[in-house]
Amino acid sequence: MNDALVQVREVHKVYHRGSERIDVLDGLSLEVPEGEFLALMGPSGSGKTTLLNLIGGLDTPSAGEIVVGRSSLGTLSSASLASWRAGHVGFIFQFYNLLPVLSAEANVELPLLLTRLGRSDRRQRVATALEIVGLSDRAKHYPRQLSGGQEQRVGIARALVTDPTLLLCDEPTGDLDRVSAEEILDLLEELSREHGKTIIMVTHDPAAAARASRVLHLDKGRLSRESGT
Amino acid sequence: MRPLRLLHQVGVVTQLSLRTIPQRLAPVLVAIVGMAGVVGVFVAVLSIAEGFRDTMDSAGSAEVAMVMRAGSDTEMSSFLRGEDARLVADAPGVAHDARGALSSAELFVVVDLPKKGSGTPANVPLRGVQEAAFRVHGKPRMIEGRIFERGRNELIAGAAAAAQFDGLDVGTTITWNGNPWTVVGVFTADSGLAEGELWCDLRVLQGLYRRGNSVQSVTVRLDSPEAFEAFKSALHDDPRLNVKALRASDYYAQQSQALVAIITGLGYLVALMMAVGAVFGALNTMYSAVASRAREIAILRALGFSALAVVVSVLVEAFLIGLVGGITGGLGAYLLFNGYQAATLNFQSFSQVVFTFAVTSSLVQQGIACALLMGLAGGLFPAVRAARLPVATALRGL
Repeated sequence: MNDALVQVREVHKVYHRGSERIDVLDGLSLEVPEGEFLALMGPSGSGKTTLLNLIGGLDTPSAGEIVVGRSSLGTLSSASLASWRAGHVGFIFQFYNLLPVLSAEANVELPLLLTRLGRSDRRQRVATALEIVGLSDRAKHYPRQLSGGQEQRVGIARALVTDPTLLLCDEPTGDLDRVSAEEILDLLEELSREHGKTIIMVTHDPAAAARASRVLHLDKGRLSRESGT
Repeated sequence: MRPLRLLHQVGVVTQLSLRTIPQRLAPVLVAIVGMAGVVGVFVAVLSIAEGFRDTMDSAGSAEVAMVMRAGSDTEMSSFLRGEDARLVADAPGVAHDARGALSSAELFVVVDLPKKGSGTPANVPLRGVQEAAFRVHGKPRMIEGRIFERGRNELIAGAAAAAQFDGLDVGTTITWNGNPWTVVGVFTADSGLAEGELWCDLRVLQGLYRRGNSVQSVTVRLDSPEAFEAFKSALHDDPRLNVKALRASDYYAQQSQALVAIITGLGYLVALMMAVGAVFGALNTMYSAVASRAREIAILRALGFSALAVVVSVLVEAFLIGLVGGITGGLGAYLLFNGYQAATLNFQSFSQVVFTFAVTSSLVQQGIACALLMGLAGGLFPAVRAARLPVATALRGL
């Protein structure tokens, strides 16, 4: 039995723009063992983010199969996929994607509202997640009152709060200054090393990729090379 | 998905969407105002019909009966001889008091009076009644001046008529067909039909209009509502009479039917046309709401909220916009129009009927129900669009 957490098998993703056919992913296969911190690099349009969205169940492949844990994503209905995402995947986005009308703690609490946890349990989990990212003192602040680095930490806390096995990060440092970016990467490394999270991170930044345990390069929808760090 | 979990998700997503309303206040207000306008007009127009019907309904009670010539649909086309009136007064079932039978033979003519404000001449009913009329009709009460004296060219004006038409102040003399009339009093009739009429002595009216001893109708008060059938049978079975008897309440209900149907039809037509516009307004609002919330919706979807919860939450918001619009419109119509007095031509009697707009709770409920339907109609397509938003694109494209 394969012990990889993520298995991507011969996945194709095709978009059509008018009569033009665009093969974003072209028969790509990939395995990510549990606990690995993997970086995906490649030029714009190479299919990195598309691959990340497919693994996270935000999009569906044109062909091929994606298995995460015991779930073959292609067999799940839209509603089941949403429920699966809520329980198994944490997303971290380049532009944080926090809801501006909610405070930091309310943003972090959002995924927990999909669980059966009571209010006090939810508060406890939110407090823990904010503590892990070092933002306990900013819990009541709204996104507009936070710096970019702090917003991204809230985004990470939101991704962590349900204790998912898999963290998918799309350019998590792409909108941050060097110091904030280093802090976020430290945090991701810690999550991988000390909390055993499996992390797949899309990045353009070689310095960010250098923090990962393995780096895969994509080009024109295929894996072009692999490098360890 | 289990209904309770869906409900919980809908609650969360709806709460979020409502919290973003201050950021998109203008289109939301436009939709609310649009719906309030539709409901306001709808309720206001139907309140005319409602008020007219109320006025006509309250004109007759179940214990009061009217007698006209057989085959006549209105008093205008009826003719009864003086002997007929006496036979009717003697019929079984007619109530009596110390002064005799509660029966009033009545003659109904139409006179001209200018409407207050516009000065437009209007047909106003002048009713010649017998002494028992006040006890027969039950409701009339003098509120100013005195009752007319028998045998004199004096009249009393219903309060609504005095409010709507010029020349009805107590003490004023009016001339019709060369005959001077003095207004000697004003009476109320619980906002019923009589309030829009002028009353005078039957004998005087018969003389001035050369009607001999003929009348058009006889109104009687019965011993009880149940006495009507016996009263009616007695009249129909009497070979000396060729009359028909009907309850006053039924007669006035029939009289209001045509006008109520027209006003109601007009109300629905106007409201329908406006509603189409308001639905487009709601559509526009909800489409722009979905567009401006595309990222938020995508984030929620990415976090695991279901598409169905998003659909329902958009519908709930549209529903709430409809509710607020409906309540605003209904309340506005109530404050602006309830109790507003107007006069219109009842073409079944060719005379003016004075009535007040009646914004009833049932009308307001109908208006709110319309607004909710408009909200749902306006929210449906945007809700479906929200559910179909490609999550990955929305997350990156903004």
